[in-house]
Amino acid sequence: MALAESGNLAVGGVQYLWQEHNAFLDGLLGTVKLSLIAGILSTILGLIVAAMRVSPIPALRIAGTAWSGFFRNTPLTLVFLGTSVVLPIVGIRFAWADAIGLDTFFIFAVIALSTYTSCFVADAIRSGFNSVPVGQAEAARAVGMTFGQTLRLVVLPQALRTVLPPLASMYIAMIKNSAIAEFFNVGELTKFFDDSVRDHPEHLYAEFIAVALGYIVLTLLVSAAFNLAERKLAVTR
Amino acid sequence: MATETEPMASEPTNPAAATGDPLVVLENVNKHFGPLHVLQDINLSVRTGEVVVVIGPSGSGKSTLCRTINRLEPIDSGTITVSGEVLPEEGKGLARLRSEVGMVFQSFNLFAHKTILENVMLGPIKVRKEKSAVVRERAMALLTRVGVANQADKYPAQLSGGQQQRVAIARALAMQPKVMLFDEPTSALDPEMINEVLDVMTSLAGDGMTMIVVTHEMGFARRAANRVVFMADGQIVEQNTPEEFFTNPQSERAQDFLSKILTH
Repeated sequence: MALAESGNLAVGGVQYLWQEHNAFLDGLLGTVKLSLIAGILSTILGLIVAAMRVSPIPALRIAGTAWSGFFRNTPLTLVFLGTSVVLPIVGIRFAWADAIGLDTFFIFAVIALSTYTSCFVADAIRSGFNSVPVGQAEAARAVGMTFGQTLRLVVLPQALRTVLPPLASMYIAMIKNSAIAEFFNVGELTKFFDDSVRDHPEHLYAEFIAVALGYIVLTLLVSAAFNLAERKLAVTR
Repeated sequence: MATETEPMASEPTNPAAATGDPLVVLENVNKHFGPLHVLQDINLSVRTGEVVVVIGPSGSGKSTLCRTINRLEPIDSGTITVSGEVLPEEGKGLARLRSEVGMVFQSFNLFAHKTILENVMLGPIKVRKEKSAVVRERAMALLTRVGVANQADKYPAQLSGGQQQRVAIARALAMQPKVMLFDEPTSALDPEMINEVLDVMTSLAGDGMTMIVVTHEMGFARRAANRVVFMADGQIVEQNTPEEFFTNPQSERAQDFLSKILTH
């Protein structure tokens, strides 16, 4: 009897998910969009911060260290509060976003997630820089390369292989961190979970498993991509 | 294996060295590493076409001296000029000046992720913005000159130390520098590979290249140098022609140093 009942519930859960699959996919897409954009921005920002931290100009080094120190030591939820609540209060509301059909809350979330993640990207890249023998950079400077050329043409390409594994972990952490955006009005996977549990608590297990699988698929894709990249780099050496 | 483009000159002392204008001038240069005063009021002038060999016991500051000339080591006080221009502190000016000063390191420092040919071509293309085809031709000629043209498509790790160092010399020459700095170029080499590198350097000296060479190779100093500079404890203790220096050293430090290295 109990077996039949739970069986019915499972069937009901699957039916419910099928019925709601559009909402689920919307949520998944929200998480993908948020992670992808924040991933790209945090990588660019992280590269800049890492370069600042090894720059010959003391002011840039201090600024880079301060940026990392500040955002790395602030809880992500606070960073989200800072962008989604404090920025509008001080008048930064991205009014132009509405006009082109962008959700301002999404923009705030992207800013929060990218600034926070950029510190970790910067540190991973910086440790990669340190893995390249000093003589490589000295030789580059000796032929007359500027600081930027030395990093771009000599140090970074050699640091890449060391940097990939920690970067992969970081992007995975970032995808999961993106769940916090739910509390700041961004439609994504965790918000789908929250909304559907509120409306249909009887399907809790089905909802939970679906959402967890959604995250697992995304993070496994990141792992696979990075494994592939690592192997590619290993071969060309 | 070594280059055969130049017959080894028995009298490589070139006439230009006697008359050339000062190219690299160090005036009252001081440098500290923490409490250690590694360069103490160094004054040195190297003329165009001159080959100056810097020798001295380890820790005497000779490598540091060499590295200050393209500002891989910044100095605390004094001035360094290269063809009349004071070394800029940082930025594009310094990069441009460095591009005119070739440097060869003890540990070769070839770009590990680039092929031999790419190593030689990278500077002229990226720093001087020269055309790839022109640079390729020059790079291949240089690799032929140093005797490693047949390794052009390999990576540095696939070459022997002696070959790598000869590529490093070609890489520096590709920038068509006014002066070449050699920072103990044979110290990291197996004994049987030292001569192939010294041969290239001797031929370069014979061609009239201005060279500042930090080395322990006394044979090279005798053969190719116009002047030997002897350093100890951060100071230039004595300088003279190789002949005078090796047969008749004036200072006690130099006599002591030479007696230690020439007895075995």
